[in-house]
Amino acid sequence: MIPNCKETSQLLSQAQDRPLGFIERLRMRLHLAICDRCRRVSKQFDFLRAAVRRYRDGE
Amino acid sequence: MSADASPAITPEAIEAERDYLLRYATLQLRNPAQAEDAVQETLLAALEGLERFSGRSTLRTWLTGILKHKIIDHLRRSGRERPLGSDDDERAETEIVDALFAGDGHWRGVPADWGSPAKSLENSRFWKAFELCLQRLPVRTARVFTMREVMEMSTDDICQELEISTTNCWVMLHRARLTLRECLEMTWFDGQPS
Repeated sequence: MIPNCKETSQLLSQAQDRPLGFIERLRMRLHLAICDRCRRVSKQFDFLRAAVRRYRDGE
Repeated sequence: MSADASPAITPEAIEAERDYLLRYATLQLRNPAQAEDAVQETLLAALEGLERFSGRSTLRTWLTGILKHKIIDHLRRSGRERPLGSDDDERAETEIVDALFAGDGHWRGVPADWGSPAKSLENSRFWKAFELCLQRLPVRTARVFTMREVMEMSTDDICQELEISTTNCWVMLHRARLTLRECLEMTWFDGQPS
């Protein structure tokens, strides 16, 4: 079953904190394939991580 | 390793890392006085323990390792004096995420396309916006988020330190990322040429 946006954003977030299981990854990818909004958020979460580290280490 | 195999570390070289350490500590502790204390303790410990610096890591990495311990000490101390938030705060923070999604789990507002956000990293005004958005995070959410992203602790270590469940930890990190995303979108990426 394909998760909704809320659940997908939870999976996207957790993917930054732990390795997702096979089924979780599959469900997340199925959703991302059909949802450009969540694809944006996925990229933005990656950006946030990079930005915090850049900020910490000095611009 | 013999002592003279290590690069010579001078007190000046240690002092030169102060700005970095202070930014790091301030990000995590959100209290300039506490951050200053933690850095001071770190520099003292480093000067007293210079012979323990092996040269296998960089000076900055070694100092950061010491600072992390000092920060954790401060978090523990202030946690004993002022426990973090009540159930009311917790409910208010939960509503932040609920407000972003409709009942069926779809985005209530459409997340914008940020274009090439990496370009913003070169813009000093972006960092001002970024700083404000970090400061706006609720205190508990911010603490977990910075432990994860600034100190790069594992969620297991964070849960253990704060005595919260792993699930709660993931919920707070999700909330932090969504809140920060939302804030940056409103204060920076809205209307920025991409």
